[in-house]
Amino acid sequence: MELYLYIALFAPLVSSLFAALFTATPKKMFTGVVASLLIISAFVSSTILLVHILTGGEIVHVELMTWMATGGLYIPFGFVVDQVSVTMMMVVTLVSSVVHVYSVGYMDHDKGFNRFFSYLSAFVFSMMVLVMSDNFAGLFIGWEGVGLCSWLLIGFWYHKESATWAANEAFIMNRIADLGMLIGLFLVYWNTGTLQYDEAFAAMPSLDTDILTWMGIFLFIGAMGKSAQFPLHTWLADAMEGPTPVSALIHAATMVTAGVYLVVRANPLFDLIPHVGLFIASLGAFVAMFAASMALVNRDMKRIIAYSTLSQLGYMFVAAGLGAYWIALFHLMAHAFFKALLFLGAGNVMHAMHDELDPFKMGGLKKPMKWTFIMMTLASVALAGIYPFAGFFSKDLILEVAFAQHHFILYAVLLFTAGLTAFYSFRLVALIFHGEERYKLFGIHPHEAYKFMLIGMSPLLILAIIAGSFKMTYFEMVTAVLPDTEYHIHSHLVFWIMTIGTQLFVGLSILYAYKKYANNKITVPDGTSKMENSFAYKMLFNQYYIPYIYEEYLVKPYRELSTVFWEQIDLKIVDASVDGIAGIVYGTGEKTRDMQSGNLSTMLKWMVAGTIGLLSLAVVFGLAARYSDEIKAILSGLGV
Amino acid sequence: MMEIGLNHYLALSAILFAIGLVGVMRRKNLLLLFLATEILLNSVNIAFAAISHYYGDLTGQMFAFFVIAIAASEVAVGLGLLIVWHKRHGNIDLDKMSTMKG
Repeated sequence: MELYLYIALFAPLVSSLFAALFTATPKKMFTGVVASLLIISAFVSSTILLVHILTGGEIVHVELMTWMATGGLYIPFGFVVDQVSVTMMMVVTLVSSVVHVYSVGYMDHDKGFNRFFSYLSAFVFSMMVLVMSDNFAGLFIGWEGVGLCSWLLIGFWYHKESATWAANEAFIMNRIADLGMLIGLFLVYWNTGTLQYDEAFAAMPSLDTDILTWMGIFLFIGAMGKSAQFPLHTWLADAMEGPTPVSALIHAATMVTAGVYLVVRANPLFDLIPHVGLFIASLGAFVAMFAASMALVNRDMKRIIAYSTLSQLGYMFVAAGLGAYWIALFHLMAHAFFKALLFLGAGNVMHAMHDELDPFKMGGLKKPMKWTFIMMTLASVALAGIYPFAGFFSKDLILEVAFAQHHFILYAVLLFTAGLTAFYSFRLVALIFHGEERYKLFGIHPHEAYKFMLIGMSPLLILAIIAGSFKMTYFEMVTAVLPDTEYHIHSHLVFWIMTIGTQLFVGLSILYAYKKYANNKITVPDGTSKMENSFAYKMLFNQYYIPYIYEEYLVKPYRELSTVFWEQIDLKIVDASVDGIAGIVYGTGEKTRDMQSGNLSTMLKWMVAGTIGLLSLAVVFGLAARYSDEIKAILSGLGV
Repeated sequence: MMEIGLNHYLALSAILFAIGLVGVMRRKNLLLLFLATEILLNSVNIAFAAISHYYGDLTGQMFAFFVIAIAASEVAVGLGLLIVWHKRHGNIDLDKMSTMKG
């Protein structure tokens, strides 16, 4: 089994290095093919490992080598495949296989084809390190690795100002959160003396609650950055500047869920501090609604899906915060499938529409793009949580958890958000695929994506439909390592009212979205309608003015402060002293270069002068040494 | 009559050295510079011989012979170069020899 672990871990690395060999050369089809095959081999290995674990096999644990061993600190490169990490490995390798195959078609005409595969595979490798590591240090390496690859891929089209800006924003926001994460890791190490998961968690119950609380808070700050929770959420929507397959893989299915994975992985810690858990859940519910509300009015297809991701991450944090770790992980898995599918569908639409992102300029695309239409509709149904699609099982469970634990406010917020989710998802579908063919005004002739791209997407489609049926198998598997609390609503009647009520509410939201946006009267908004001038619309459209507030109250003062430091401290103290030293050296050189006139007699004169100088020094010191006692006597007589 | 001792020789040596040094510094004629160098070397030879005699140790006098031999070869090489220089440039003025100017 260890062999499969190594293949799953290192095939993406090999793929990345192989593609990197050709980054400076024009597009070569085989880099894409080889990279895809290697990632698929990692997927096959993960599947074998999953089957091994499912059939009751032992947890695979390898220690590759010692990484650090100094004093009491011992950190190995250790990797573990247990019930939780194998779930994540399946999600990561499956979605990345699909995305690799899809990218062969999507990046077809891009100059950076080879480079793209190198980055994408490097991301998969980092993500595998993150989920497979058996200690916090390895997790942190993967954590930084995915951050780096995310930066590279958001800024993939580096000639675009907006892309580089978004890449830097994502990177800097993540650094802020990573500082919190790092402090959390230090706290774990100081108080437990180890970074290995099992040993650290075993030592935690005997620690002081205050210390555990701080650990939990700092680790969660790290998770907030990666999973783009409020107030570090702005980077996720801006990250949509990257190529669409990147959005599907990194900013929907895998990297942004790393925060949830961290909380799930650290479940023994968070079980000890339920008050932090409640905070996580409340923040999650807030983000779920907050992000969904911004998605209601946005006019950028990819941003709508990004806000939807944000909102679903909120759901996952609610589940994780309330201690229902297996449900959080289940929603993570189901969400990865339908959200990646939704993004890849959006990529098809973008290609067809020549990179147009405003759904108001599309309309009626269901005829030319039949398969994309079907896939995106089904993915949206799954996202909305309609029975029997994947989203129903995972999302309904989260609602039940909130209800069963008597957190009725959270429940109400999540229920309301479910309606919003259904509305904005189908607003998007209706605007893109139904109604009048508004794209004709812009002279665009849309076409369906390549066949192999659609076939490549089909595994996601199938999983988005059927993933819910794995619920019990999955439950039995992961509860070997996660708390196996099942959440039951005590009264059957209440349960059925809740379930059917939710379904009805969601269904009505969908119908309302269709009624409002799937008609022939929709035109491209020009900022004159009554709705567009209402306060609420402006608030939502400008993302609650949060990017504006950050710009005005954080970025600008910081820039001014930096300017002050630059002009007052850097230029006047640091630079001045360095320049001063250089100036002295230059000046002496300038003054004394006349000595080297090349005239022999002048130089001889200097030589004689130097000899006399040195000789007289020797004489003076010799005398001083000879008569040192007398000199001391004279000096002490003078009272020195 | 005063006995001539080591100090007299050393004083003579010092005076000759000073004369040689001034000559090295002041002269602009390369030939005279060579002469000044010879005076320097020989002033040192006097000091060697005198101190050697004073201590009854022959090493100093041997050293003086070495210096004379080296000085002779140095003058031979130096004069050769001087003649070549004179043929090329028509003078042996030190102030005009400044091709190594920094």
